[in-house]
Amino acid sequence: MSERVVAAIDQGTTSTRCLLFNRAGRMLAVAQREHRQHYPRPGLVEHDAAEIWRNVTRVVPAALKSAGLTPDDIVALGIANQRETTVIWNRHTGAPLARAITWQDTRTDGIVARLVEDGHAPLIKEICGLSPATYFAGPRLRWLLDHVPGAREGAEAGDVLFGTMESWLIWRLTGRHVTDVTNASRTMLMDVRTLEWSDELLAILRVPRRMLPEIRPNAEVYGTCSTVLPGVPVAGALGDQQAALVGQVCFSPGEVKCTYGTGAFLLMNTGTRLAESTHGLIPTVGYLFDDKPVYALEGAIAVTGSLVQWFRDSLGMIGTAAQIETLASSVPDNGGCYIVPAFSGLYSPRWHPEARGVMVGLTSFINRGHLARAVLEATGWQTREVVDAMNADSGVPVTRLKVDGGMTANHLLMQFVADVLDVPVERPLGSEAVSLGAAYAAGLAVGYWPDLEVLRSNWHRAAAWEPAMDDELRRREHENWGRAVNRSYGWVQSPAEE
Amino acid sequence: MPGSIQSIERAAAVLRLLGSTGRPLGLNELAAALDLPRPTAHGIVRTLREVGFVEQDPASARYRLGSALRELGRGGWDWHDLRARAMNWADSLAGSTGLAVHLGVADGGAVRLVHHVFRPDGSPQRIRTGEEQPLHATALGKCLLAFAPIATPPARDLDLQPWTGRTCVTVAALEAQLALARRRGWATDTGEYESGVGGAAAPLRASGGIVVAALGVVGPVEDLYGLGGELRPWLAEQLVAAAREISAALVAGP
Repeated sequence: MSERVVAAIDQGTTSTRCLLFNRAGRMLAVAQREHRQHYPRPGLVEHDAAEIWRNVTRVVPAALKSAGLTPDDIVALGIANQRETTVIWNRHTGAPLARAITWQDTRTDGIVARLVEDGHAPLIKEICGLSPATYFAGPRLRWLLDHVPGAREGAEAGDVLFGTMESWLIWRLTGRHVTDVTNASRTMLMDVRTLEWSDELLAILRVPRRMLPEIRPNAEVYGTCSTVLPGVPVAGALGDQQAALVGQVCFSPGEVKCTYGTGAFLLMNTGTRLAESTHGLIPTVGYLFDDKPVYALEGAIAVTGSLVQWFRDSLGMIGTAAQIETLASSVPDNGGCYIVPAFSGLYSPRWHPEARGVMVGLTSFINRGHLARAVLEATGWQTREVVDAMNADSGVPVTRLKVDGGMTANHLLMQFVADVLDVPVERPLGSEAVSLGAAYAAGLAVGYWPDLEVLRSNWHRAAAWEPAMDDELRRREHENWGRAVNRSYGWVQSPAEE
Repeated sequence: MPGSIQSIERAAAVLRLLGSTGRPLGLNELAAALDLPRPTAHGIVRTLREVGFVEQDPASARYRLGSALRELGRGGWDWHDLRARAMNWADSLAGSTGLAVHLGVADGGAVRLVHHVFRPDGSPQRIRTGEEQPLHATALGKCLLAFAPIATPPARDLDLQPWTGRTCVTVAALEAQLALARRRGWATDTGEYESGVGGAAAPLRASGGIVVAALGVVGPVEDLYGLGGELRPWLAEQLVAAAREISAALVAGP
């Protein structure tokens, strides 16, 4: 094989994967290993960072082998990672001091509540753009410093380092302690305008500056691999959702992508302007390739694909996730039934942590097919609410939605999304937008791809769904959905009920 | 009338036994419960494992009913499972050939499109999933007629409507094309359904080699077929390779 390729590591919530891409952006090989999920108590979800590192050392050679390539054929390595998952390790031994606390873990609710009680929320929001929430990495780091024996002393002495997963992997691969702006923007510790650690925020969260990685752009040579891919530059890193924004080549202000997985994440490019959100979205760094950061507005929906999994595994209504389309196609509409999947409260744009799931409109007419429809429609309406918030916050109406992720295999759902948004929904060829984005960043850094225009020309439409719903029907169904959501509010009355 | 076949009776007894307990069974338990010598029980259970009717837990080496057995009662492959399994390879085939990709199944004497990947050239296209197409005039249809005779009507029962000047309108001509398709491993369409639009399709095989769907590429006739009217060899190679990969994914089980 004459053409050299770019490797991407996608360090995700359930697995670590290595993918290889050629100059046309086509995937040549993929290898994957799942890692263990540790649930010490309800609400706590941990990963073993050492296990994840071991998986990296296995999936990369496996991907090379399946493509018949050697490390010499790899021009650069890029990394995309599950965001906000927090690890601390000893810089001398390379051993994590504790299991990594993942992004789904809610143990920091006490820390976050205290930040708000102490009146820090306005300053935090002013500096890093984020309202304090258990979702972000900074409070997790504080928890580790407070609870892991030796962590604080080690950090102050310069022996203990902090990182999100990309930082941990780059350190293992190259020995350099860096993070990228997109991951740093999710810590609640970075000044979103200067793109530097904020001394004020470090003081509020009592984090020693010595333990933090250096914040770097998304596309530059961070270092050279001394192991796994010896001699190959690590040249790109992005949080997974920002990576998908790049993989979907959303390089112009107003362009939006939605990645449908366990949850769904919409990101809108807002250009070099940091858009304030007054409608429940999260302003974040989209990517930084040269000197000017490109910002994004993010809408996070907690439960989309996981509702289908629940329908399959907990209710046993279907044998596989794909079969929900078969069941939903057995009826012409939802029969008046709506499911609001507020399993862990509602995220963007409503932010109602006390809400819980409801199923409304039940009559003896409702059968399994109607429930399957209601499951899929919940994803459609949640997408609509985030898009409405984006339109309101950005002033730039969304005119089409680029989608990726596993649920794009469901054509009934994609048509419904187009119908309720009243804009075309488009799927690119190859649904690996996250990994492709990491590969693009690394390839840009080493000149494998000259510029963003070339990347744009790699994007090909594989399918498009045009809106076809009657306006009056859309209006009525939207109103019904809104009434259903109202019934999910206020269910959890005190934390003791959790 | 010959008597019943003992090994099939014994295999049925093994399956009934495995289905009757809530836990996997070891070889010794199986042999003892059925009053069979250990080597005989082992031979039966190993054969059942090879056809997918029994699974063996890798850690304990105990046996339980296999997933292929559960699929038996389901009336064939779910269309959306087929699409989910095929999606990555269908994208990859569209990328490597520059052609649109269709996935079709036999449904009530016609082809039903269960998946469609656009031709990756940026041209305006409409998603055709769910569309019905004639068996005798499309590559997908002829592929299903040739390789899935149980799921499709015999050629003599089809309405051989002439869609274009090139459509096969006699049973003899159609039979000859199906025989050629069986020999080559793929079926063709040289503008027989839509004028100027050609196709080629190869079968997707699930467990036991049973053809459950057809995978096809679609594009301008001249892009698919050279001057001699033969499918370009590199296209045939890509199509058959993608069909083989998807078939492997279907056999691998859920």
